[in-house]
Amino acid sequence: MALVEVRGVVKKFGDTTVLDGIDFDVEEHQVVCLIGASGSGKSTLLRCINGLEATQEGTVTVVGRKVIQDDIKLNRLRRDVGIVFQAYNLFPHMTVLENVMLAPVKVLHLSKSEAKTRARELLARIGMADKADEYPDRLSGGQQQRVAIVRALAMQPKLMLLDEITSALDPELVNEVLLMMIELAEQGMTMVVATHEMGFARDVAHKVCFLHSGRIIEEGHPKKIFTTPTHERTSEFLRRTLESGQM
Amino acid sequence: MTTGVDGGPGREAGPLNHGIKERSNQDRARSLRAHGLSISVVALVVLGTIFSIFAALGSEFNFIGWFCLALPLGMLALIYARRAEERVVDVDGPAADEQRSRQARRLAVTGITLASIYTFVLLVWSSWSGFVDVANTFFSWENISSSFPLVLEGFKLNIAVFIVAEFCVLIWALVIVVMRQLPGRAAAPLRWLAIIYVDVFRGLPAIVTIYLVVFGLPLTDLPIISDIENVNFVVWGIQIDQLFILGVIALTLVYGAYVAEVYRSGIESVHWSQSAAARGLGLSEGQTLRHVVMPQAVRRVIPPLMNDFIGLQKDTALLNVAGVLEGFNVARIYAGNNFNLSSVMGLGICFLVITIPMTRLTDYLVKRDQNRMQANS
Ligand SMILES: Nc1ncnc2c1ncn2[C@@H]1O[C@H](COP(=O)(O)OP(=O)(O)O)[C@@H](O)[C@H]1O
Ligand SMILES: [Mg+2]
Repeated sequence: MALVEVRGVVKKFGDTTVLDGIDFDVEEHQVVCLIGASGSGKSTLLRCINGLEATQEGTVTVVGRKVIQDDIKLNRLRRDVGIVFQAYNLFPHMTVLENVMLAPVKVLHLSKSEAKTRARELLARIGMADKADEYPDRLSGGQQQRVAIVRALAMQPKLMLLDEITSALDPELVNEVLLMMIELAEQGMTMVVATHEMGFARDVAHKVCFLHSGRIIEEGHPKKIFTTPTHERTSEFLRRTLESGQM
Repeated sequence: MTTGVDGGPGREAGPLNHGIKERSNQDRARSLRAHGLSISVVALVVLGTIFSIFAALGSEFNFIGWFCLALPLGMLALIYARRAEERVVDVDGPAADEQRSRQARRLAVTGITLASIYTFVLLVWSSWSGFVDVANTFFSWENISSSFPLVLEGFKLNIAVFIVAEFCVLIWALVIVVMRQLPGRAAAPLRWLAIIYVDVFRGLPAIVTIYLVVFGLPLTDLPIISDIENVNFVVWGIQIDQLFILGVIALTLVYGAYVAEVYRSGIESVHWSQSAAARGLGLSEGQTLRHVVMPQAVRRVIPPLMNDFIGLQKDTALLNVAGVLEGFNVARIYAGNNFNLSSVMGLGICFLVITIPMTRLTDYLVKRDQNRMQANS
């Protein structure tokens, strides 16, 4: 059974349909990239997977659990699903260490010292042990995003959802974050990644889904999508992205 | 580079791109400074002359006339000084800019200060008897010192009411704001109740609320009234009785509405993705509020909260309409009996001694927090 199963999901905000019948699967240890123009529904889809948005139709199953709008069930589910957004991830009133420790202490009920050890270990692994006591505002955007990833990893999730986590960064900071994502993929983390980094999608993803107006209109191996897209819109999107130099 | 005012040899030795444009900039800066100076001098001379004439004619030039003259001139001088500062920026290095703008500002400020002092002295001199009256009415040392012990005794009550009411307001406003944020359809009536409460008590003048609560509540048979009817004890020399409690209730009702709004704006000022990030980590709604939203909201609401508390501190004086013998009531009665307002001035000073440090403390806390959380280069 797939780690994530999305079946016929429809999501509306008022009268506008943002997700219009989405079906897709993510197998364990797979990296799935969601690509598509902005406004096509990538973020909304990710947020539906961990129940941050309620769906109107269809079902989402994550790690064998149905995602339904029930606080207790959702909180349980979210322990297994890490999510990182484009920006404003870290809590500015807590140090880096406190940011990473918060959920393990409050949600997993680890002792403070256990959580601290785990947090320091993770920070050391990304070479940020010396930043543990800094406040997020003192870090570069790239460092902030890497801490946000580490904070999610501290919950030892089975699945990571990354929503354009490099989009708000200065170009020279993008690479350090991408490298970390690649490393995660190599370690076998299951990831669903909304991204405009076509290079990452091409080289790392096991599957690429192209979204357009709330539908996945093409999906498959990146080699196939990027070289022989079958759908007119896909090739148009790829051409435009290529022109803007994001490949 | 520290080129002198009239351009020493250093200017010629500068790199070629310190061209004509910059030099004319320098000239303009110099001329602007001269403007600032001359405006100040003109202000001094004009005001001085006018007052000399009025004084010589023995006529009393009134305060409003003085104000109307001094204000535009003073503002003009300040604007010139500011212009001078703006124009000299980047002429030849920040250090020189800084020095020059400081000079220009100092000149303007000195000019205005001198002009003001000069005219004020003239004003006092030309209407000396009036000033003696003013001094006697407001600052009679004899009156202040003889009334002060009584006023201070009354003022202790203001402080007591303030402290108790502040505590109640903080809690009560929290109840209101939580009520207003309750999710779900079932909680709709509670949300509405909270909204109506806030609207009503923010809309009513505080003095009306106080009057209605203190005189109206005892006429009702509400259980709370029978509970507090016979309360009467003394803590640290403060008498706590029904009147005291009603006063606290009234002020809590008024300021609870304001502070609930302050809390709400604080909560809403926290970016939505902060709660999304917290929920995404598996924190419950309560934990998110407690560990993520509230701590950030509280930091942001400190300044408006302190403002409301300064307001609350001052509005304790309104309890005089209810016959509470707080500082203002005592001072007012004393003033009435002695046909002299110095006792009220004494009370005013009591208030300032409390409220001014409160504002300073607020500013300090805000600044400290900013420094801690933000990168300084
Ligand atoms: N909270 C919301 N309320 C109303 N419309 C929304 C909301 N969030 C997203 N949308 C709309 O849903 C569409 C898809 O948004 P999103 O999922 O953010 O796309 P993407 O991440 O691909 O850029 C957009 O048209 C956006 O305007
Ligand atoms: Mg998006």
